[in-house]
Amino acid sequence: MEPVVEVRGLVNRFGRQLVHDGLDMQVHADEVFGIVGGSGSGKSVLLRTILGLQRPAAGTVRIHGSDITRLSEEELRPIKAGYGVAFQQGALYSGLTVLENVQLPMIEHLQLPPAALDGLALLKIRLVGLPADAAGKYPAQLSGGMVKRAAVARALALDPQLLFLDEPTSGLDPVSAAAFDDLVLYLQQHLKLTIVMITHDLDSIFRTCNRVGVIVDRRMESDTLEGIVDYPHPWIQAYFHGERARARLGALHGA
Amino acid sequence: MAATVPRAQAVEVRRTAEGLELELTGAWRAREVAAIETALAAVDLSSVPRVRVATDGITELDLSGAWALGGFVRRARRAGVEVSFRGTPPDLLRLIEQTLAEEPAGAVSPAAAAAPEPADRALVAIGRYVVRSARDLVHGLAFLGRTCTTFAASLAHPRRLRPISVVRHVYDTGITAMPIVALIAFLISVILAYLSAQQLRGLGADIYVVDLVTIGVLRELGVLLTSIIVAGRSGSAFAAELGSMRLNEEVDALTATGADPIELLVVPRLLGLAIALPLLTILADLIGISGGALLCRYLLDMPLTQYVNRVNYAISPSTFWVGIIKAPVFALVIAFAGCYRGMQVRGSARVLGHLVTVAVVQAIFLVILADALFAVLFMKMQF
Repeated sequence: MEPVVEVRGLVNRFGRQLVHDGLDMQVHADEVFGIVGGSGSGKSVLLRTILGLQRPAAGTVRIHGSDITRLSEEELRPIKAGYGVAFQQGALYSGLTVLENVQLPMIEHLQLPPAALDGLALLKIRLVGLPADAAGKYPAQLSGGMVKRAAVARALALDPQLLFLDEPTSGLDPVSAAAFDDLVLYLQQHLKLTIVMITHDLDSIFRTCNRVGVIVDRRMESDTLEGIVDYPHPWIQAYFHGERARARLGALHGA
Repeated sequence: MAATVPRAQAVEVRRTAEGLELELTGAWRAREVAAIETALAAVDLSSVPRVRVATDGITELDLSGAWALGGFVRRARRAGVEVSFRGTPPDLLRLIEQTLAEEPAGAVSPAAAAAPEPADRALVAIGRYVVRSARDLVHGLAFLGRTCTTFAASLAHPRRLRPISVVRHVYDTGITAMPIVALIAFLISVILAYLSAQQLRGLGADIYVVDLVTIGVLRELGVLLTSIIVAGRSGSAFAAELGSMRLNEEVDALTATGADPIELLVVPRLLGLAIALPLLTILADLIGISGGALLCRYLLDMPLTQYVNRVNYAISPSTFWVGIIKAPVFALVIAFAGCYRGMQVRGSARVLGHLVTVAVVQAIFLVILADALFAVLFMKMQF
């Protein structure tokens, strides 16, 4: 089956600094794919490239088979409507309420009567576990965890099959982070989503991801979670076998 | 992947002996919800005992499509119609029911704030406006007071006046504004000279063009127009800079480390502009008078020496001082409006935009108001 997202031979450079050099990545339907890498390894640049916010120096990025690096803004529109993105800081529009934030993509892409707009937006807000009265609040009035959830609600506005999450659990307390992981799994199962998630959070990775891609040396090593932990690369070893990872790994192998 | 959109009728209705049979077809996705809603609304439920829904004809169903179907099922059940599914109902329907069932639906409507009676509305609006203006005035005075005391306190310790920061603001608000201030001053002197030449020529009073241009530029227009340009340039810059620092919690970070944001951010801007604006005014005066000379030379064929003599005769040192003495006052007004509005920013980008606008409008208004007061004052003092 054709991969949902396929990156081939990606090269990104800023001035003389090479960020990606022949990076390959494949995400298949119905999986949760985690992108891991050290700070400054180019995770965000990779995401921005996949989202079409930045043109790569070389390489192809295919989403549902079409190469977005060769498409015009106009041709990209339907593809962009086909995925949702929740940014790291939420990136909620601060002048709009949560309800209006969720409605904005719908207004841009769908012609809906007002009652349907309200109903659908409220459904998305409730679906991500926010109370109904959060709908009328402005982003500045929300807690960090609620902002992340509201960002997911907005990402789901157009019922995408593909969801990008940029460090969804960063800045959350462990309890909220675990609840967010549950939300990711819940949405993935019930809406049959394909999820691409940038994360540093080992708990998140072990809880939610089917496959993991690690950016090392400007390329990506990807495998199943069970497979990737045994890769010999020193950074991968340090990441999955460091002090903080031991306990988790025991649970994985014990199971 | 189904790339093409099957534009089928979403709902086929068949009437059978025991009620309606709904055959749902095509794609039920977010993009089709508007059409689906219309199709479902068209289904006549009156005097129908039961409805059977067949969903196996749906090619693609997403959450929005399922929501539309769920809405129809609820409407039918409320109307007392028995709804059943041929085969198993879609999983998404259950998901929606679960999601919306956890809280009593419609208990809290987001927009259900108590709206005042229409008759009261104007009164309420006026009242709110008055209260808000009064509060704004009090806060503004408090901010002014804090700024003054901070400034006075730092006078005792010159290092706390942040000389480096002050110099940066002199550069940003003064040096970089020189080209535009010079250009505007030149154009204003051209306008003044043309206007007065046209009127005075008929009277044979050409020579008074010089008086009008030099006195006009030195006393009023040089400083006023420079201030208005600076209000647009630097007043907005102050408000936007401090406002985004507030949004970014940088101001809170300063306070948390024990630094005084007024001392660090506001006072240097006030001082910087109070130094820069008089200098810009001198530049505007010079360019204005030179522009007048150019115009008189070519428009009125007046020799340069005559122009200089006339300028010497028409103005006294006080003409220059009357203009220049206003510059630091205007500078403080502009910088204060910009900093105060910037520090008021809270919450969102929209507030920032609004307050930057307010800062510039108020700065310009206050400058012109202060200029009018100065005009009255100087007349009473017979300057």
